[in-house]
Amino acid sequence: MSPEIGAAFGPNLVEVFGPSQADGGPELIQLLTPEGERIEHPDFSFDLDDEAVKGFYRDMMLTRRIDTEATALQRHGELGIWAQLLGQEAAQIGSGRALRPQDYVFPTYREHGVAYCRGVDPLRLLGLFRGVDQGAWDPRENNFGNYTIVIGAQTLHAAGYAMGVQRDGAVGTGDPERDTAVVAYFGDGASSQGDVNESFIFAAVNNAPVVFFLQNNQWAISEPMERQSRIPLYQRALGFGFPGVRVDGNDVLACYAVTQAALQRAREGSGPTLVEAYTYRMGAHTTTDDPTRYRLSEDLEHWKLKDPIARVEVYLKRNGLADDEFFDSVDDECEALGVTLRDGCKALPDPSALSVFDQVYEEQTEELAAQRDGYAAYRGSFESEGVA
Amino acid sequence: MAGTMNKMTLAKALNAGLRKAMEGDPKVLLMGEDVGKLGGVFRITDGLQKDFGEDRVIDTPLAESGIIGTAVGLAMRGYRPVCEIQFDGFVYPAYDQIVSQVAKIHFRTQGKVKMPIVIRIPFGGGIGAVEHHSESPEAQFAHTPGLKVVTCSNPVDGYWMIQQAIASDDPVIFLEPKRQYHADKADIDETADASSIQPLFTSRVVRPGADVTLLAYGPMVKTCLKAAEAAATEGRSIEVIDLRTLSPLDMGPVFESVRRTGRVVVAHEAHTNLGMGSEIAARISEQCFYSLESPVLRVGGFDTPYPPSRIEEEWLPDLDRVLDAIDRTFEF
Ligand SMILES: Cc1ncc(C[n+]2csc(CCOP(=O)(O)OP(=O)(O)O)c2C)c(N)n1
Repeated sequence: MSPEIGAAFGPNLVEVFGPSQADGGPELIQLLTPEGERIEHPDFSFDLDDEAVKGFYRDMMLTRRIDTEATALQRHGELGIWAQLLGQEAAQIGSGRALRPQDYVFPTYREHGVAYCRGVDPLRLLGLFRGVDQGAWDPRENNFGNYTIVIGAQTLHAAGYAMGVQRDGAVGTGDPERDTAVVAYFGDGASSQGDVNESFIFAAVNNAPVVFFLQNNQWAISEPMERQSRIPLYQRALGFGFPGVRVDGNDVLACYAVTQAALQRAREGSGPTLVEAYTYRMGAHTTTDDPTRYRLSEDLEHWKLKDPIARVEVYLKRNGLADDEFFDSVDDECEALGVTLRDGCKALPDPSALSVFDQVYEEQTEELAAQRDGYAAYRGSFESEGVA
Repeated sequence: MAGTMNKMTLAKALNAGLRKAMEGDPKVLLMGEDVGKLGGVFRITDGLQKDFGEDRVIDTPLAESGIIGTAVGLAMRGYRPVCEIQFDGFVYPAYDQIVSQVAKIHFRTQGKVKMPIVIRIPFGGGIGAVEHHSESPEAQFAHTPGLKVVTCSNPVDGYWMIQQAIASDDPVIFLEPKRQYHADKADIDETADASSIQPLFTSRVVRPGADVTLLAYGPMVKTCLKAAEAAATEGRSIEVIDLRTLSPLDMGPVFESVRRTGRVVVAHEAHTNLGMGSEIAARISEQCFYSLESPVLRVGGFDTPYPPSRIEEEWLPDLDRVLDAIDRTFEF
């Protein structure tokens, strides 16, 4: 391109932003380094005490245990499949703990840590992956939506829910019990979907109280970030008319602080924010995936050094903030959770084959009821033959 | 040269068929999510990016509407895109592009613009998956004028039909029974003369019989062949037809069969209501009314969303339900 024409279109954004940097680049908001050092950031600070940090450690340990236990259950044939969150504990606990009870979450299928923060029984998650139901928890109980498998669909639901919040006058009242934010979780791959881009637009034009929480774990199954974007994802927000930030997704303190600020912005009526949590999917995409086919093991080794839990442990230990008793008690809790999950998973009752007919409509139709009855009679015919 | 037989699964056969098509025509492109280095989540495109390069085997951004929409543009530019939709339940973000664009461009332009696009969709259930991974959307596409819809039930058909679909100048929805991908192996003669192969838009009698005509396609063909075997032990002779093409339907062999047997059962995993069986039953009753000894019976998925996997085998039509329908054709 001639220099004149080039200039007419402004700077080359790919050059401005530079190539994607493995460490997230200088824009990465960090408050706790991989080495466990607390550092300051000009715009964001972590304002909870060290008890809270210990709480985060415990949350992340328990979340990781849910994940490893579920992975093992899948290997033993107790689950059909499992979507692992290994490596994303800080992003999920940091953001999940910043929520207030009235806030509302729209998750993907990998938000086990956020589900845990919201008080969803992990056995409900296992039920979906075991195939006893499709994740049929009542989203109103914990303000935690149902897992969404169609990539990106839930982001529009979040925008719409937030529009409802606006109409209910639950934004910008100054009442901390009333003002409500909505969080849409999604991945780097999802950022390419039409639905996600449309949700940005709907949220922006309505100035809706949504936080778009993008966990950039670097991979969409086998496709690296470069297949989805030429610029850092958080920068996309600007083009839609709201701010975007990139936070170290393996730093639970920074994830908490940044999400907390974005939620507050939403609750106050200042509109949507995109938070890109820069992290890494340390496990496979799901238990059926084999990442050795498409990514280098050095990559994983590099990210292991940034483990979200290890850095908190180092911080707590080095500063004498937690003793052995604390760490032992967390380990014991993890063990107990493991037993609960193993036993509970195997005991999950299978649904009855006839139940599906009653769940399709609020008002049952005669034809579907007749189909159910016909099928029941057919099944009964086997029983009367003594074959069942 | 005498034919060299290779034993292949359906997955390998489709892979070999795609390879052959790419070797034969440099305009053939593969595109989809994870089709490159990974070779697709089912490995159907395994090794093809390595051999044909990233320009011809494209890992697309995660956006189905984008995949099909850009395939339209590529087709207008003279390419022959073969798009992979990762799972049946994820075709819907692309539904608008398929139904409003791919299907209508030939008509809109009065034939000036061709749409030689193949949309490959693994379909059907029985793999223990979570929601959206086990659906059978064929009727939605067969209902759409401008699209052709085919499905293979075995490795040999997979190998040839994918090549024929790619060679077609009309858009083809190519449904692959995912449960069969890695199931059975069959001998494939890759050196056979393509012109000797049965044409794409035709059905086939896969087991001759005299008492009942059993119609199936895709994943249900295997179940129906087993049902025919079981029925044979009870002295019933079942003729099984693999429809292979769902739009257009090739009803010739079906009518011929029904006129001999007088009894018909149509089986598919898709919901029974307005499934392929409905159209087939209507056509049979229009053309073979006086030959029928019983109404055309349908065995299909129930009219509920696909169930959680722990009960999918009870929801899916199986051997017993097919046999039950066969029995019922004798009750009239
Ligand atoms: C509409 C749609 N297309 C394809 C898929 C299959 N699929 C499941 S997860 C996934 C990758 C998602 O990547 P990303 O958004 O980065 O989230 P991550 O899984 O890494 O958490 C794909 C392609 C899907 N679930 N939905």
